[in-house]
Amino acid sequence: MRALVAERAEMVKQSFFVKKVLKRPEVLSLLGLLFLSALMIVSTDNFLSPVNMTNIARQVSINAVIAIGMTFVILTGGIDLSVGPIMSLSGTIAASMMINGLPIPLAIFLGLLVGVLFGTLNGLLVAYGRLPAIIVTLAMMEIPRGIGLIYTKGYPMSGLPDSFSVIGRGTVLGVQTPILIMLVMYILAFILLNRFPFGRYVYALGGNEEAARLSGIRVKIYKMLVFTISGFTAALSGIVLTSRLMSGQPNAGVGFELDAIAAVVLGGAAISGGKGHILGTLIGALMLGVLNNGLNLLGVSPYMQKILKGVVILLAIYISSEKKGLKKN
Amino acid sequence: MVDTPLLELKGISKRFGGVKALTEVNLSIKEGEVHALLGENGAGKSTLMKILSGGYSCDSGTILINGKEVKIDSPVQAQKMGVGIIYQEFSLVPHMTVAENLFLAREKTSKGGFLKIREMNRLASEYLERLHVKIDPTEQVNNLSIAEKQFVEIAKALTLEIRVLILDEPSATLTPVEVEQLFKLMKDLKKEGVSMIFISHHLDEIFDIADRVSVLRDGNYIGTKKVDETDHNDLVHMMVGRSVSQEYPPKTTDTSSIRDYALRVKGLKRDSHSQEVNFDLYKGEILGIAGLVGAGRTEMIRALLGVDHTFHKEVEVFGKSQKLKSPTESLSCGIGLLPEDRKSQGVILPFSVEHNTTLCTLKKICNPLGTINNLKSRTLVEKLVKDLNIKTPDIWQSVGNLSGGNQQKVVIAKWLNSDSRIIIFDEPTRGIDVVAKSEIYKLMRELTAKGISIIMISSELPEIVGMSDRVLVMRNDSIVDELSGEKITPHNIMTLAAGGKI
Repeated sequence: MRALVAERAEMVKQSFFVKKVLKRPEVLSLLGLLFLSALMIVSTDNFLSPVNMTNIARQVSINAVIAIGMTFVILTGGIDLSVGPIMSLSGTIAASMMINGLPIPLAIFLGLLVGVLFGTLNGLLVAYGRLPAIIVTLAMMEIPRGIGLIYTKGYPMSGLPDSFSVIGRGTVLGVQTPILIMLVMYILAFILLNRFPFGRYVYALGGNEEAARLSGIRVKIYKMLVFTISGFTAALSGIVLTSRLMSGQPNAGVGFELDAIAAVVLGGAAISGGKGHILGTLIGALMLGVLNNGLNLLGVSPYMQKILKGVVILLAIYISSEKKGLKKN
Repeated sequence: MVDTPLLELKGISKRFGGVKALTEVNLSIKEGEVHALLGENGAGKSTLMKILSGGYSCDSGTILINGKEVKIDSPVQAQKMGVGIIYQEFSLVPHMTVAENLFLAREKTSKGGFLKIREMNRLASEYLERLHVKIDPTEQVNNLSIAEKQFVEIAKALTLEIRVLILDEPSATLTPVEVEQLFKLMKDLKKEGVSMIFISHHLDEIFDIADRVSVLRDGNYIGTKKVDETDHNDLVHMMVGRSVSQEYPPKTTDTSSIRDYALRVKGLKRDSHSQEVNFDLYKGEILGIAGLVGAGRTEMIRALLGVDHTFHKEVEVFGKSQKLKSPTESLSCGIGLLPEDRKSQGVILPFSVEHNTTLCTLKKICNPLGTINNLKSRTLVEKLVKDLNIKTPDIWQSVGNLSGGNQQKVVIAKWLNSDSRIIIFDEPTRGIDVVAKSEIYKLMRELTAKGISIIMISSELPEIVGMSDRVLVMRNDSIVDELSGEKITPHNIMTLAAGGKI
C-alpha cells in the first residue's frame, strides 16, 4: 500500500516535472526545430546525409557565434545592431595585418581587439552615457563600416597566407574548425551564464534593473560588458568568415544583425530581457539554418525564402506568446 | 443658501475581498463650498472618491445629485454628471501643448475633419484667463511646473463644466507659493459656484481654505464640522481616536543601556538649498520615520544610501566614516534596503526564491574557480526559508507567484544573507495581509534582539507607534522633532507631521 502511494507520488512529481520542462520556451524551440527537420526529411532526399548535416552546422556557425553575444545583450534588455559592420571590420583588419606580414596569431588578436573595442564603446555609451542601445548601435552600424571602406578603399583584401585557412576551411580532431569554434563558444557562454555570478547579474539586469541596483549590483559595468562580449563574438565570426573566404571583405555582414536577433528570439528569449537561454539561441540558429538549407535543397528561390523565413519567425513568436497567455489564465 | 445639498452620499459601503474599505459612509456637499476630507492613510478617502468619480462601484449605498438618485459606473459618466477628479499623478500628455491637452478627445474640428488649432488655442486661453493663471496655451505640458500642470488639469475640468471637483492631495508636491496660488484659484472657482472636495493631510491648509471638514477613520464616517467650530486637536482626535491594537511584539525594554551608535548622519542635504538632516541610529533599536506622503522620507533614505545624487552628507557607520556613494558601497558597509515598491524595486519577479535571496551575496558562495556553489546556495536559502517561514512550494519557485508578504520576506532574506547589520524598511507592510504583517513585525523584533538596527519608514501610524523605539517626524524634507517612550502617540505624530506643535 505504502509503496503504491509512494509510486503515485513519484508519478505526480514526474508529470509535474514534464509540465515544467514543457513550459520552458527553449524546449518549445527544440520542438520547432525537430518539426522543421522532420518536414525537410520528408520532402527532400538527402537532408539527413552526413555531408548535408555538416554543411548546415558549418553554415550556421557564423550566425550562431554572433548570436551568442546578442543573447547576452538581449538578456539585459538591450539590443546590438552593430554586429555586422564590427564583424566585417575585424575581419578586414586581421586580413590586412597578415598580408603585411604580421604573424597570424597576432593578426587574429588585433582583429578580435577591434571588435572588443567597438563593443566596449557601445557599452560605455549605453551604460554610462545613458543612451538607448538601439540608437547607439544604429549609429555604430555606420562607423566601423566607414572605417573599413576607407581602410580598404572598398576593395576586398586577398593574398592571405595559406595556413590561415585552417580556421574557416580546415578540420581539428576530425571536426570542421568553424563548428568546433561554435561548440566551444557555446560551452563557454553556457558556463558563464549559468555557473558564474556574472550570468546571474545579466539576467537580473533584464529582469529588474532597479532591484538589481538596490541590491548593490554594479549594474553599469555589467551593462557595458555584455556589449563587449557582443563585439568579441562578432569579431570572432569575422575572423572565421575571412578565413573561409580567404579574403577580408569590407562589405561583409550586411543584415547579419537581423539573423542573430532572429536566432535569439526563435530560441525563446524575451526581447524585453530577463528571460532566455543560451542553448535556445543555438536551437534558434539551427532552425534558421535548417530552413535555409532545406529550402535550397527544394530549389525554392532566394526571394521566396525571405518570405518564408519571415513567416516562420512570426509563427514562432505567435506560438510562444500564446503559450504565455494560457499560463496567465 | 440652497437647502438640498448639491451632492449627497448615503450609506456607501465597499469591500475588497474580505477587507471592509468603507462602512455606511455619508457625505453631503453644498453648492460652492470647499469641503475637506480628512483621515489617516488607509481610512478610505481615496476609495470613497473613486466611487464618486466612477473608478470603483460601491457595494451598497446611494449617490444623490440635486436630490436625485444617480448611478455612476464610469469616469465618463461621472463627468457627464458634473463630477471631476484631479489625481496626484496627472493625466496630461507631456509632449502635447496645453490647448491640445484641454481638448483631448474632444477636439474642435472643421467640416472637413481638420483640427481648428487657432480656435482651440483661443478657447484655451479663455479658460485659463477665467482662472487668472498665466499659461501659454501653445506651451508643451512637460515644460510646465507641477503647479502649472495642476492648473491645466483644473482648467480641463472647467471645459467639462464640472460642478463638483475632487482634489486629491493637490498640495502634496507644491511649494508654499504655489499652494497660495492654488488656493486663490480655488476661491475663484468657488465664486463660480463650483463645489470642491479637498483631500489633504495638512491641517493648516484645511483651516485656510475649507468651509467644512468631514473625517473618516478605518472606513467609517466619524463626522462633519464647520471649520470655524473646530480646531487642530479636535480634528486629530477624530482621526486617530482609537486605541492602537495589540498586534505588536513588546518593545525592547533596556534600550537606555545600549547606546552604541550604528549610524550617525550629519548635514545630509539632497541639494544645495535643502535643509540639513541630522540623526543617529543606535544599535539594536527600531527607529521609526513618520511623516505625510511627500515629506521626503524615502528621498532622504535614498540620498543616504547613495541611490540618488546627494549634495552633501557625513556618515559614520559603526564608528567609521563612510562615503556611501552607491548602493554597492552601502551594501559592503552592511546596510540593506527594503524598498517602498516591492514589485518594481525589491524583487526580481521572474527570478526564483533562491536566485533572489542570493542575488547580492553570490560571490560569497562561489567555488575557488569562481563558479556558483549550488549546494551551498541551496542549503543557505533553504535555511532562510525555514527561519523566516516563507511559504513557497520550493526554493525554485519564481517570486512572482508568491504573495506580497512572502515576497517581502524574500527581500528580508536577501539582506540577512548578506550579513546586513542595518536594515532599512520602507513601508514594510504596504499591501500585505494581517497575518503576514504580524509575522514581519515579530521578525523585526527578532532582528533587533540579535543586534541588528532598523530604520522603518511608515505612513501607517499604528505601525510607527507600535514598533518604534524612537520616532523621527519629517515634514518638508526636514526632521521636525524626535519622540521617544511615552511621547510616541498617534496624536503627537499627526500634529507634528501636519505642521503643528506639541
